[in-house]
Amino acid sequence: MGTLVEQQVTTVTEPAPVKGAGRRTSFWPFVIPAVVVVGSVIVFPWVFTVWMSMHEWTVGGARNFTGLANYARLASDTRFIASIGNTLVYTFLAVILPLFFGTLAALIFNSRLPFRGVLRGLFVMPMMATPVAIALVWTMMFHPQLGVLNYLLSFIGIGPQEWVFSPRTVIPSLVLVETWQWTPLVMLIVLGGLAAIPTEPYESAEIDGANAFQRFRYITLPMIAPFLMVAVIIRTIDALKSFDIIYAITQGGPGTASETINLYLYSVAFAYYDVGYGSAIAVVFFALVIALSLLMLHLRQRTKWMDLQGGP
Amino acid sequence: MAETAGSLTRRMFLATTAATAAYSLGGAMPALADVNWKKYAGAKIGVNLIKSPRGETLQKYEKEFTELTGIQVSSEQTPEQQQRQKAVIELNSGSPSFDVIHMSYHVQKRQFEKAGWLADLSAFMKNPDLTDASLTESDFAQAGLLYAKNPQGQMLSLPFSVDYWMVYWNKELFAKKGLSYPQTFDEMVKAAEALTDPKEGTYGFVARGLKNANVPVWTSFLLGYGVDPVDANGNLKTDSPEAIEAARLYQHLLTKTSPQGVAGFNWSECQSAFLQGKIGMWLDGVGFAPPLEDPEKSRVVGKVGYGVMPRGPKAQASATFGDGIGVTATSKNKEAAYLYCQWAISKMMGARLLQAGGGVPFRQSILNDPEVRKGVKMPPAWIDAVVESGKISKLGLPVVQPVTEFRDIIGIGLTNLLGGADPAAEMKKATEQFKPVLERSEKA
Repeated sequence: MGTLVEQQVTTVTEPAPVKGAGRRTSFWPFVIPAVVVVGSVIVFPWVFTVWMSMHEWTVGGARNFTGLANYARLASDTRFIASIGNTLVYTFLAVILPLFFGTLAALIFNSRLPFRGVLRGLFVMPMMATPVAIALVWTMMFHPQLGVLNYLLSFIGIGPQEWVFSPRTVIPSLVLVETWQWTPLVMLIVLGGLAAIPTEPYESAEIDGANAFQRFRYITLPMIAPFLMVAVIIRTIDALKSFDIIYAITQGGPGTASETINLYLYSVAFAYYDVGYGSAIAVVFFALVIALSLLMLHLRQRTKWMDLQGGP
Repeated sequence: MAETAGSLTRRMFLATTAATAAYSLGGAMPALADVNWKKYAGAKIGVNLIKSPRGETLQKYEKEFTELTGIQVSSEQTPEQQQRQKAVIELNSGSPSFDVIHMSYHVQKRQFEKAGWLADLSAFMKNPDLTDASLTESDFAQAGLLYAKNPQGQMLSLPFSVDYWMVYWNKELFAKKGLSYPQTFDEMVKAAEALTDPKEGTYGFVARGLKNANVPVWTSFLLGYGVDPVDANGNLKTDSPEAIEAARLYQHLLTKTSPQGVAGFNWSECQSAFLQGKIGMWLDGVGFAPPLEDPEKSRVVGKVGYGVMPRGPKAQASATFGDGIGVTATSKNKEAAYLYCQWAISKMMGARLLQAGGGVPFRQSILNDPEVRKGVKMPPAWIDAVVESGKISKLGLPVVQPVTEFRDIIGIGLTNLLGGADPAAEMKKATEQFKPVLERSEKA
């Protein structure tokens, strides 16, 4: 490996060997700070987490090396397995719903509405609020007897719902909060995409007799696809690591119905003080995030490729 | 001018009140003078408090402590769950930022003892230079001593405030149905059923359904069946026939006689439901009473009955929890920190806490003092229920290290019952899950 790299370097620097050699030593002062920062805040914590995950290690207790025992325990931990399912369901819904409503909102705000600026400003307000404060307000609104949501439902003849107080409806209700808060972000991204679309394709489509839906399906959607992909990636990362809203509203309950990997990991490490097992969960969670990110990157490459194929 | 006059009046008012309080508290003030309070003047101590009426009271009167002792106090209040985590992480680091720690016995006793994080206060308590003559071990309620002492008999903290579980009941709803306060579990179920009318939005019973928080409700029932969750030999009794019966009772009351959504209720949701006047009985700790008698928050002012936990098939017991206050083993100002702890549980501070309804002191001499009782803002029925509950007090959670896991695992099983699961199957499953956790912790 070392020889290969050296060969390449030599090849590149062949025309001016003396200058090149000088450059080789002088780049280190620029690289070292980044290497130190990356090493200390990313690489070291990760290596340390993996090392911790191979120990039976509780706060205030002894530390014993146990190899892969924590991972074996994970495989039969029903609470952990259920939390993976909850995380995936939560993430899927918390990506797809804001994406749908955000795109819809962007299309609406892209047209020439009266008071468009003011309305856009109002629409992005949920995004600016603190998640924990939002969570407390929504908790009150969800209350089955005293909450305003059931009161509003009663006007349209729908009986009282249990919202976050029932294992059946807790995840969709939490996603409702997430959707309310993050739809504006998707709207902003898509709005940027819409602003970049030239008007010519629409004019020619109109001449060819395309209706509004066809114009959206065959012109708008393909052209904003890369922007949608960016929104999907940002939302997926956010939804996967979502903690504050769930913790403040349900703490993973009722029972474990809304316990995501993040919440379970927090309980194990900081409420049960079992940092060894908690680290094992963190490692598996990291693997899951990497896998999903790779999938996203792959899809993004595909949209780019389609974009190039379909482009002029 | 008006401002000056206003502040003068306020100051005069405060001075008069303080003097009256001191006078009405009888022996409290002279007793404080016995100790050489000024011996550690100039010392600085850090105090880590749980955000609660107890923590608030201590912080509010902190200046008085500094005036009395010359010891500078830097205190911090953190919400309960976070305070527990923060304290453990700091103590585990070996150099905590505080000298005094306010702890929840029912969660932390065993953990703190095993880790050796607390200083032994036994010698301080025997030293007349440091300890007031009225502060003796025999003055603490039995549960407090059980909590504060380690198996070797050392006093590792001072018992601060006790929380007994009792039943808040709506006298008006009971009267409408011609019912009286239940004396047994059976009567309680019958009353709860009779009071429940979903069409009216009235329910006979409410208690915590939220996982972890719900476990004391179940242990309150379990103790009535004459069984502790963990027996004297450390064996789990959580899937015993009695435990299953208690779980069945929990399931019945919370599914048949409680409002919708109870599976997600913690004490605050239960309290707000009860405040609306649509709930017959609410089982929870004694410390939640003050808002019920506050006309700004409550629709049930003057209508609340305070009942002692009804008798179960085998026993009558009030599940008991408590706070303590201790000195860290690594503190460099142990004596000064001890003086703070002693002040915190002093007769005067205990009286203030009790009178405001913010907590119940572990010290019997405070509870039994007629002068102190006169100043209590809560109705006499409340304090009677507190005293009676003290007589049938039993620890509400097992003294094991992984208490939080115990509460989570059993609590999840109990919440599952509210969705219709089988009590025997859930208790068996929870016990199987918790057993290895308990074994691991005892081994460590």
